[in-house]
Amino acid sequence: MQTILSIGADALSYGMVLFIISIGLSVTMGLMKVVNLAHGAFAMIGGYIASYATQQMGLPFGVAIIAAVLGTMLVAVPLERFLYRRIYGAPELTQVLMTIGITFAIIGIANFAMGPTLKTIALPSQLQGPVDLGFRTIAAHKLFAAAVGVVVAIALWFIIERTPFGVRLRASVDDAAMAGALGIRTKIIYAVSFALAVGLAALGGVVGAQLLPIEPYYALHYMVTFLVVVSVGGAGSITGALVAALLLGAVQTTGRYLMPEYGEFFFYLAVIAIVCVFPNGLMGRSK
Amino acid sequence: MSLFEVKNLRKNFGGLAVTDDVSLSLQKGDRIALIGPNGAGKTTFVNLVTGHLKPLSGTVHLDGQNVTKASPTQRVKQGLVRSFQVTRLFSEMTPEEHVALAILQRLGRSGHLFTNFKTMPEVVEEIGSILALLGLGGIARTPVAEIAYGQQRLLEIALAMALRPKVLLLDEPAAGVPSSDTVLIERALAQLPPGLAVLMIEHDMDFVFRFAQRVVVLAAGAIIFDGTPAEVGKDARVREAYLGSYADDRSVA
Amino acid sequence: MSETTLNPSASTPLWRRSVTRDLVAVLILAAVAVALFFLFPSNLALLTRIVAMMLLVLSLDLVTGYSGVATLGHATLFGAGAYAAGIVAAKFGITDPLLMLAVGALAGAAAGAISSLVILRGHGLSQLVLSIAVVSLAHEAANKLSGWTGGSDGLSGISPSALFGMFRFDLFGRTAFIMSVVLLLVVFVVLRIIVRSPFGMLCRGIKQDPVRIRAMGAPVYFTLVKMYAIAGAVAGLGGALSAIATKVVGLDSLSFTLSAEALVMLVLGGTGKLFGALVGTLVFVWFEDRVSAINPFHWLTIVGCLLVAVVLFAPKGLTGAAEAIWKRMRGARS
Ligand SMILES: Nc1ncnc2c1ncn2[C@@H]1O[C@H](COP(=O)(O)OP(=O)(O)OP(=O)(O)O)[C@@H](O)[C@H]1O
Ligand SMILES: [Mg+2]
Repeated sequence: MQTILSIGADALSYGMVLFIISIGLSVTMGLMKVVNLAHGAFAMIGGYIASYATQQMGLPFGVAIIAAVLGTMLVAVPLERFLYRRIYGAPELTQVLMTIGITFAIIGIANFAMGPTLKTIALPSQLQGPVDLGFRTIAAHKLFAAAVGVVVAIALWFIIERTPFGVRLRASVDDAAMAGALGIRTKIIYAVSFALAVGLAALGGVVGAQLLPIEPYYALHYMVTFLVVVSVGGAGSITGALVAALLLGAVQTTGRYLMPEYGEFFFYLAVIAIVCVFPNGLMGRSK
Repeated sequence: MSLFEVKNLRKNFGGLAVTDDVSLSLQKGDRIALIGPNGAGKTTFVNLVTGHLKPLSGTVHLDGQNVTKASPTQRVKQGLVRSFQVTRLFSEMTPEEHVALAILQRLGRSGHLFTNFKTMPEVVEEIGSILALLGLGGIARTPVAEIAYGQQRLLEIALAMALRPKVLLLDEPAAGVPSSDTVLIERALAQLPPGLAVLMIEHDMDFVFRFAQRVVVLAAGAIIFDGTPAEVGKDARVREAYLGSYADDRSVA
Repeated sequence: MSETTLNPSASTPLWRRSVTRDLVAVLILAAVAVALFFLFPSNLALLTRIVAMMLLVLSLDLVTGYSGVATLGHATLFGAGAYAAGIVAAKFGITDPLLMLAVGALAGAAAGAISSLVILRGHGLSQLVLSIAVVSLAHEAANKLSGWTGGSDGLSGISPSALFGMFRFDLFGRTAFIMSVVLLLVVFVVLRIIVRSPFGMLCRGIKQDPVRIRAMGAPVYFTLVKMYAIAGAVAGLGGALSAIATKVVGLDSLSFTLSAEALVMLVLGGTGKLFGALVGTLVFVWFEDRVSAINPFHWLTIVGCLLVAVVLFAPKGLTGAAEAIWKRMRGARS
């Protein structure tokens, strides 16, 4: 029973971190149809900024989160303007290559600037200790990660379903050409969504730094996991990404607890099974 | 027994009946035109009988055999060939290669690994004669992306001919072709083997009158007329179906 | 525009011309290999590694460049060949290098056919994810089966016997290099024949429009599985070659990273052209060796920027860019 609860708690917080990071990728894939392999690199940049802010500059955690999100967006906007915009609608292979290229370059630069070692983010004292839930205790930062995930899901749902921006976004996802003809400036929608996606990645990178430690190869290690979440969930679907992140988080966490010697074997087996049965993702629209 | 027989074919797209209990048969040597307003379900009909779409119900028989469950490739092998309303060709390949591929496929050699069609005199000869027939000899080795759309439409017909079908379904072979060039397409169709059964979808009624001995009209997924070209203009239901989109078209009225 | 008319007598020289071109290509490759042999006698191990990678990238070109399958898991086939050749040598005493190559090719072909059944289920993003999942699954399996594969320590104890019983694999890697070059030339010629064959044309057709191929009555799925098996044999030869030449097989031969690198090499050289695969691999691995000796992370930065530049400015790769320049020069002259 204890094991099940520990696994459950870990799976929940890990799954939520996956969700926070992957949902941005899901939006860019659903909307701009860009297979953005560099998404994890943006989460990593967020993690580095937060680490630098808390450890080197002594800023409080909350300020570090905001700095990470804004700083990462600042890096991403020119990339969107000058690189990504050129590959919207290009064949997958082209997109894969360009974004792998960006990933490699960011890894190299991160190592040059920050060194090859693990970087930690100083947590405020409230998030350091365990929290007593009555039936058991759980690390506060894990609870915090899960809570942030819930907030992100609700906020995104609100933005997409209830705001004028959301209406335009959905119209552009459904049919970019038609939305353009209706006077929606898709270029701006794209740029804003991209910034939003990158901001979420950075947020996830900071909040999840205890679970996905920040180091230069972060961008490559977890790239596959994020892609898998989007693919299993179905590009462009919030619910899909949430379900997929929790499901895959559970598979991965359970595997680590119960059969560590098998590594990620069962995780990939599950991925193959799910994608073979649902090639458009659990919640994806069939073409 | 007809050469090609479709019975009670049905298909819905999200509740909308796009093919509504359609039955149709073709005999050897038939020249039939399938007409109908835009969105009537003509292309869907072709997609259904060739196996590119799955029907809700109904059967398709080809040469006495039930092919309702057969894959598109099996149907082609049994002699049911179609062309596409919007040209589907391989933009980086030449017309010569296109026709070669079709001939090799027909001969069962398309999976060969260590041969080359250029060393097969009979294939080279046939490619030459088909391309010459359609007036494409001069551009045999120009990538398709670089040739005119009218020529691409002719190449679509060349591919169909190279497969030597028993039943040929042509989906608007002249669509998108400048009117000065439609005569080329008509001439190509006149060269088709007389024993072949051809069903052609076409909007240009003058062309239809010259081509077909029989006209079938499809409206809102259902066949509303099946008869001679002379009768079609007089039919009240056909006029009604065309009202709106074709009310002022002199060739129908 | 060429105003060729078609008749049988005019087409005969045309296929002769392609045979002549093959001969010229082989001569050029052989000449380059001989030059490298004498210019860089102390780098033969690196050069042999490059040839093994060339086989992997050629194989990827068959699947991606000629048939349009997007994959980030192609190292599966290379690793299958490497481990199969290594295991028969280390555990079963089959140390004849030619037999090891044959085992590698067979294992690669089998791995190709089997993995294609999974990968071809997807399209676009799901195809990429499936291909990554396949190579990762194979990687984890090889790690777990350490009794057979040596796990993360790598598989050692491979000592190939002398080639034809006469030529021992010397310390300088001369035998390995010569064998690898001959192997590469043979594979190259065979692949040139295959990509021009009816089957090769069919694959190119599938890449451009599978629906049209079906409407011509040709099978899409089966054709791609077959192409995957052929590509697997080629990649498997590459893997076996690397096992013979380096005498170890590591988990990295079955990794996502190697798969991604192979794709980078292919695109750098130019997809859909066998020469492109060779040029891309040579340039990439050679520079990687030089730059990463100084600092591996600088190498990553350079590759990253290079990739972005290739996508933006030379989407047809180095060979494509060279062709364009050549054409322009010829156009200017005439
Ligand atoms: N894949 C599909 N999904 C949903 N609806 C479809 C699909 N394909 C066609 N339709 C709808 O089915 C109807 C019939 O389409 P179809 O293409 O068969 O018409 P058509 O008679 O060939 O028209 P046209 O003369 O314009 O070529 C149209 O209303 C079309 O919008
Ligand atoms: Mg139509």
